[in-house]
Amino acid sequence: MKTNAINLTETEYLLPGNRTCPGCALSLAYRHILKALEGQVIVTVPASCLTVLHGMYPVTSVDVPCVNTPFASTAASASGLVAGLKALGKKGLTVLAIAGDGGTYDIGIQALSGAAERQTDFLYICYDNEGYMNTGNQRSGSTPLGVISGTTPILGKQQNQKNMAAIMEAHGIPYVATANASYPLDLYEKVRKAKTIEGTRFIHVFTPCPPGWRFPFSATIKIGELAVQTGWVVLYEVEDGVFRLTSASESIARRGDLKPVREYFEEQGRFNSITEEQIDELQDWINARWKHCLDRATNL
Amino acid sequence: MINKKIDRKTDIQILDGNHAAAQGAKLSRVQVIAAYPITPQTPVTETLSEFVEGGKLNAEYVAVEGEHSALAVCTSASMVGARTFTATSSHGLAYMHEMLHWAAGARLPVVLACVNRAIGAPWNILNDQQDSIAQRDTGWIQIYARNNQEILDSMIQAYKIAEAVYVPVMVCYDGYVLSHTEMPVDVPPQEDVDRFLPPYKPHTILDPANPKNYNLVTLANPRVNTEGVLCHGYMELRYLLQEALQHSRETIIRVGQEFGVQFGRSYSNMFWEDRLDDADIVIVATGSLALEATVATDTLREAGHKVGVLGLRVFRPFPKSDVVKALKKSRLILVFDKNISYGLEGATCSEIKSALYGNHLNAVVRNFIVGLGGRDVKARELADAVKRSLPLLQEGVLNTEYPEWMCDI
Repeated sequence: MKTNAINLTETEYLLPGNRTCPGCALSLAYRHILKALEGQVIVTVPASCLTVLHGMYPVTSVDVPCVNTPFASTAASASGLVAGLKALGKKGLTVLAIAGDGGTYDIGIQALSGAAERQTDFLYICYDNEGYMNTGNQRSGSTPLGVISGTTPILGKQQNQKNMAAIMEAHGIPYVATANASYPLDLYEKVRKAKTIEGTRFIHVFTPCPPGWRFPFSATIKIGELAVQTGWVVLYEVEDGVFRLTSASESIARRGDLKPVREYFEEQGRFNSITEEQIDELQDWINARWKHCLDRATNL
Repeated sequence: MINKKIDRKTDIQILDGNHAAAQGAKLSRVQVIAAYPITPQTPVTETLSEFVEGGKLNAEYVAVEGEHSALAVCTSASMVGARTFTATSSHGLAYMHEMLHWAAGARLPVVLACVNRAIGAPWNILNDQQDSIAQRDTGWIQIYARNNQEILDSMIQAYKIAEAVYVPVMVCYDGYVLSHTEMPVDVPPQEDVDRFLPPYKPHTILDPANPKNYNLVTLANPRVNTEGVLCHGYMELRYLLQEALQHSRETIIRVGQEFGVQFGRSYSNMFWEDRLDDADIVIVATGSLALEATVATDTLREAGHKVGVLGLRVFRPFPKSDVVKALKKSRLILVFDKNISYGLEGATCSEIKSALYGNHLNAVVRNFIVGLGGRDVKARELADAVKRSLPLLQEGVLNTEYPEWMCDI
């Protein structure tokens, strides 16, 4: 049975009163991730907005066991949890490593690549707010071309983001998916599926950030939807090499009504200085990726 | 180490230091091993892999992609209740630096074998103690072995100490001098080690049945929890780590004595002594260097000098009052360091001077930097250093600004 807003479990593992900003997409995504794992999880978290969400000692707003670990070590920490549980014969738990884009694309990629190559049995979720938002918005390997950030303050970022999901797919792991906080049930379903698969599983979750991206707190869902409608984000999953478009991306592919990416940029202050050439370059990039996805999709 | 004849069948094997360390880990029934190869530590990881793949050791071996990850695997595996081990050297230990703080800060009884090696730049794969000395402020207990028997024995003791005081322990031994030199080592039977070292009972545990968050952001000041109970602030947690190290001396000595009862080799002091009883000239050194100093002492004694050796075994916690007691008859103290705190002097010398302060010893303290990057240290050179320091006794100059380097500049 497909999950919907009515049959979604009412049990909450993310308790009211966490320390995220208003309109935080991570908060919404994390709530559904934890629901999908039904409390049978051990979480490891590096320095990130999620550290802030988890609270300050001795109070936490998260009702699952969690260890905080240094920035570069998320996937290594997960490897330790997996090895420890195995050594002690403890079964039935999902080890969840969850880090931001800085902790995944940049400082954590070595440990993540190593853990994936070792076929470590864990779920890695990267929540992507396209920059170092916890330290006040600096550019990361996921920040798009043309974005004004704390470390690209005048000219805007001169390079586009890298494709982390593709990098993870290249590790030959059994499950790679992309998701988006604006489509929480799609995310929920993907985590549910990932939970049942053995080996390294990777889910990329797009999480718009109102203060960092400079859009109103009330517009988080709309921004996430626009990202999918313009093809900035494509929702898909790759299970044992089989590629499927999912949720809104599948519908858009069927209808063939991808919007111009300009509409997505215009809603966010971080793109205020983007040039026409950069918009064209990004539109070309999106078109090529979208075509690639349509070519690969086995469910259209 | 005091050898006592005990009534059991001994199993003397010819082992180099790395194999002694691997045997020590195996006998301690480590459950998770994570390590990355680095010279001269590599044979430790290879030997343990062989034990695990060959079914001789029931453990998870995680062949990580770097040392930072090696220790992150150990800290997290320890968090779910496993006994963990890693080994490294030099650059590997430096790369672990951040995680060293986290292991101690989270009070996890991880044990690490550090095969002492020089650090770059420039590249050098040979022995000195700069690597582990540079990590002395990370909150780990540091034990230095003088021979391969001590490596094996210290490994087993390290787990008992770490799991009693919840402080990680670094067992350090000199690269090549010990790691690649074969010596007879008495390998105790597994059942005796099992009697000495019971299975690990974790104090922190990640378990969905009782969900807890560890290493959360912690403010400087104490803060109340949801039940209104005031809980420690960051600074209180740091104090507790210091307190644990301060009190660990008793545990280290108790464990060393218990080890003696079980295995006939007692480690009842934080350092070992050679002819200190009547010595007014004392050589202080750490690890295998102190053993070399006993050879220098032989010749100096023959020449009529009352020389003794204090071989430091435990560097952290530093046994201040024990050292003062042992040095109370000394008029000349010669500290040989295979490390340098740049801009000051060798680390051991600083600790010795700090211990002596206010104890009215009025001994001359001389510091020599020796053996960096595998530079050979001959007993004759140690003896010569002692001889040329003798006139200082008449001059009455107790301290010198900087150490003397035993090299060609």
